[in-house]
Amino acid sequence: MAMLHTVNKSPTDRNTLESCIRLAKKGGSVLLIEDGVYGAIKGAAKADTVSNAMSGLSFYVLGPDLKARGISEDKIIDGIKVVDYNGFVDLVSEHDTTQSWL
Amino acid sequence: MSETKKFLYVNRKAPYGTIYALESLEVVLIGAAFEQDVALAFIDDGVYQLTQGQDTTGIGVKNFSPTYKALGDFDVNKIYIEKESLEARGLTLDDLMPLKYEDEDDDWAEKDSIHVVSSEELSEIMDQSDVVLSF
Amino acid sequence: MKLSVQINEGPYTHAASDTAYQFTKAALEKGHEIFRVFFYHDGVNNGTRFTTPPQDDRNLVNLWSELAEKHNLDMVVCVAAAQRRGIVDPDEAKRNGKDGNNIAPGFRISGLGQLIEAGIQSDRLVVFGD
Repeated sequence: MAMLHTVNKSPTDRNTLESCIRLAKKGGSVLLIEDGVYGAIKGAAKADTVSNAMSGLSFYVLGPDLKARGISEDKIIDGIKVVDYNGFVDLVSEHDTTQSWL
Repeated sequence: MSETKKFLYVNRKAPYGTIYALESLEVVLIGAAFEQDVALAFIDDGVYQLTQGQDTTGIGVKNFSPTYKALGDFDVNKIYIEKESLEARGLTLDDLMPLKYEDEDDDWAEKDSIHVVSSEELSEIMDQSDVVLSF
Repeated sequence: MKLSVQINEGPYTHAASDTAYQFTKAALEKGHEIFRVFFYHDGVNNGTRFTTPPQDDRNLVNLWSELAEKHNLDMVVCVAAAQRRGIVDPDEAKRNGKDGNNIAPGFRISGLGQLIEAGIQSDRLVVFGD
């Protein structure tokens, strides 16, 4: 019953990413999209929260949203996988349910 | 439609500042007619939707908080509030409107719809849901 | 797989409709079925054909209409949300005494029950919003 969570807010603007990590059940996945991709940057405000959560959750980030914001993939926290829209669709179909943290 | 799914409505936004709380409630009311297994979760600022004493006369907007009290009549009686979200806002259960329903399987005894649950418990409830509608 | 998409924001202010469009297009190209695209909250503003962005900007309303035509998509605009925000089809115009309509090709106005039905009938429902 693994769940895919999407987060679309910057962690320095809203608490969305923290709430998602607090409430996502282990074994699930988190996909950072839109301004949520700022949460994938190494050394950013909530980077430790993300790294610590990786023991129970798989993290993904939407590549086109990274690129649009000028964030190169070498700035991303180790272990976060970059996917495109096809990968987004695959994540949705591979997980039983999707929850969007709006 | 014979299939019954577990619907979870996730509310994370305060009322009045934006329309999401009101229009989410409208979906819940319409959805109640579909005889699905419905639950509501209130997380983060979403807990402000249920506070007592809302009075909108000064802002010229409809006070829709009484509608939550009617949810029990629509068989919407699984209302989960995250304990951590309440506490982070200095609120207790006493600050919220009491939401009740009459249990038809228990001689119409009046019961509480609200369940204050821990993050772990809510995480489990979310994971068991088939459809999550977020507002 | 049968997917449905819910869009809660209008075009241009928020990225929700853009992301949902790219997602829906990718899903269709991968051979998934889209049961329904449901527009709610300010998302109903994706359904007005009066949208006229600058020449060098994408026209999201047209993009949705073209995608709907190509793949025979069912794109539903919530009637209650649409009435609040002035999105009107010929029937609604007549019913509410309006002097015109603005619904874009490929969109239809219907009730919230269509969203619940999408949740019941689809294998997955993905929400895009603010």
